[in-house]
Amino acid sequence: MKRIMIYKRFERFWHWCQAGLIFFLMFTGFEIHGSYEVFSFGTAAKLHELAAYALIVLWILAIFWHITTGEWRQYIPTTDKLGAVAYYYLIGTFTGAEHPYRATTQAKHNPLQRLAYLGFKLGISPVIWISGLLYLFYNQWADWGLGWLSLENVALVHTAAAFAMLIFVIAHVYMATMGKTVFSMIKPMITGYEDEPEEKPSKIK
Amino acid sequence: MRTYLIRLSLWQMITTIMLLMLGTLPAMALDRSAPSTADHNQFKQLQGPFTSGPEVTKACLECHTEAAKQLQETTHWTWEYKHPETGQILGKRNVINSFCGSATSNEPFCTSCHTGYGWDDMRQLPPTDGSNVDCLICHDTTGGYKKSPIAAGHPIYEFVDPLDKSLTRKTDLAKIARNIGATSSRNCGSCHFYGGGGDGVKHGDLDSSLLTAPRALDVHMSKDGANLACADCHTTSAHSVTGSRYLTNARDTQGIDVPGHTDQTRASCESCHGSVPHQSSKLNDHVDQVACQTCHIPEFARGGVATKIWWDWSTAGQLDKDGKPQTIRDKDGNLEYLSTKGSFRHGENVVPEYRWFDGQARYTLRDDTIDDSQLPLQINKIQGSHDNPDSRIWPFKIMYGKQPYDPILKHLLVNHVYSADDDTALWSNFDWAKSIKAGTEFAGQPYSGEFQFIETEMHWPITHMVAPAENALECSSCHARDGRLAAITDFYMPGRDRSIWLDRAGWGIALLTLVGSLAHAAGRFLARRRRKN
Repeated sequence: MKRIMIYKRFERFWHWCQAGLIFFLMFTGFEIHGSYEVFSFGTAAKLHELAAYALIVLWILAIFWHITTGEWRQYIPTTDKLGAVAYYYLIGTFTGAEHPYRATTQAKHNPLQRLAYLGFKLGISPVIWISGLLYLFYNQWADWGLGWLSLENVALVHTAAAFAMLIFVIAHVYMATMGKTVFSMIKPMITGYEDEPEEKPSKIK
Repeated sequence: MRTYLIRLSLWQMITTIMLLMLGTLPAMALDRSAPSTADHNQFKQLQGPFTSGPEVTKACLECHTEAAKQLQETTHWTWEYKHPETGQILGKRNVINSFCGSATSNEPFCTSCHTGYGWDDMRQLPPTDGSNVDCLICHDTTGGYKKSPIAAGHPIYEFVDPLDKSLTRKTDLAKIARNIGATSSRNCGSCHFYGGGGDGVKHGDLDSSLLTAPRALDVHMSKDGANLACADCHTTSAHSVTGSRYLTNARDTQGIDVPGHTDQTRASCESCHGSVPHQSSKLNDHVDQVACQTCHIPEFARGGVATKIWWDWSTAGQLDKDGKPQTIRDKDGNLEYLSTKGSFRHGENVVPEYRWFDGQARYTLRDDTIDDSQLPLQINKIQGSHDNPDSRIWPFKIMYGKQPYDPILKHLLVNHVYSADDDTALWSNFDWAKSIKAGTEFAGQPYSGEFQFIETEMHWPITHMVAPAENALECSSCHARDGRLAAITDFYMPGRDRSIWLDRAGWGIALLTLVGSLAHAAGRFLARRRRKN
């Protein structure tokens, strides 16, 4: 059995930094929202802003990386095996069936993941970014010709996107445990390597 | 050579650091007020003896030919102010406040704080002759000049020894006149600290504790702070003092006051601190909507002097079983009941209430018809809103109480409380019916003959007792579900506001996802165990 590199060093760095920052942003964000008090509002707001800027920098790096390496193709949606994967999560996992999808360097995400991550990248994240930056620069709206915006609406969009993020994270973390063993899908995300199976990996067009 | 260079730069560094440190200290080398070019001790006119205030004023006016005319133009003299926006005629001569009520009909008592002598009938203008202007109340530096509380502005000319009534001490007007000088906080405070009938009673942010304020009480007036006098901010031109409450500049957009360029008044925080006073840009983002005072005066009446927060006139007049007027104090030693004035509540370290304020207040004057179904009645209704760009959130002392009004004609009533000799004044006769009849007759106010008491509230903007920056409010003082701004609901504030339905849906779906995941996990676990078995 040989090991193959699925997740490259930058990709892992990016993923875990992003994960940490998102957890931190959610934690400080819901404090700013008034859901609990840990740091106090002022500190939470300051930390939230700093973490947001850090995440922006990370995203710029990640976008650059995705474009230059062509890795963005990993997120092109497909219907191939989509049904099979969904069936596996609903039924197969209980009956002891094999996961119908095997990650390769060319296609490291199963079709359901592709859809979910694409939604994350093109849906939740941009909404969070745009509403968050608007929120942050509330005082500049008039100068930017955005005086027609209402803080309440921007805040509510940001909150809704934060809830979507929270829900994504819960589902993402749980589904990461649904490999052959609890940690078999998490391990390559840390080490980068996945054990090469005996049979041929599935392909995606 | 190399060592020399290094040494030189080291010395330069030390000098620079020392200069920088010196630069951060206040300019101690210069006295705050420039010494006068005249020694009034040497003036023949001021050698006395003087037997009355007006005599002193005549002597002053021999040199200061325009002083009386200047002063007589100001609200300190006229007690009248026509509001340029609302058109209302305000000023002590006209308004009814929620403390003593009306100055009219109680003249010799209320006009004891007039900057003049002998205004004993407020239906008339103050006496016009220049000698009736009181120079000494604002310019005495000896502390020996005290206005009598009952003499229409005249000072106490003769002090009676409290132990031996045969011993008296005359006020040395000549000595006071020879030692006149620039107006100090003590001069201003001799009236403004005692408004409403006692130390700290009226304003809450103005009381005698400011004269010896530690830095924590007032960074500006404390000797350990900027050591400023009232007049350093309340600048004057031709004896007219800036910074009147009747037309507040609730949002000074001019920033730092530069002589020759701006409005020549320093009676706003921005006049010295500018419009971007914080290092944090997020804090600076607040200044267009939040007055400096809101965060920087966390509480008022912090100097150990209590302020009155409730005054119920309706209980006045109750005598004890011997028919004597009563004085009852609360556990803190503050007045709780006076037969003359009714019931009180006092407060120290009072948290202000907050309102949008554009600088305008509309008063309920004695001619104004009131709606007695809307309680409490607003004695001065504060104008402003989130959508009004001139408005900012300001801190207020709101004075609550009960005052007499005419339930038939629906207006507030002039109450006659003080007189030295008549049988109608409340404070000597304890008879409301007589007091109000006399007051309304004197003021020429229509009166149905019936009176009741109506609950009122009056807004007093809080602007003094600025705390050091480290004692300013925390963000979370307002950005919280139930913070200090909970009452101002016309805008969205992070940390306070939310959509309850969005929150319920968000947390609900997140919880369902979590529960669903756990159920799915449990299913997997059980299925695998069954397969193994």
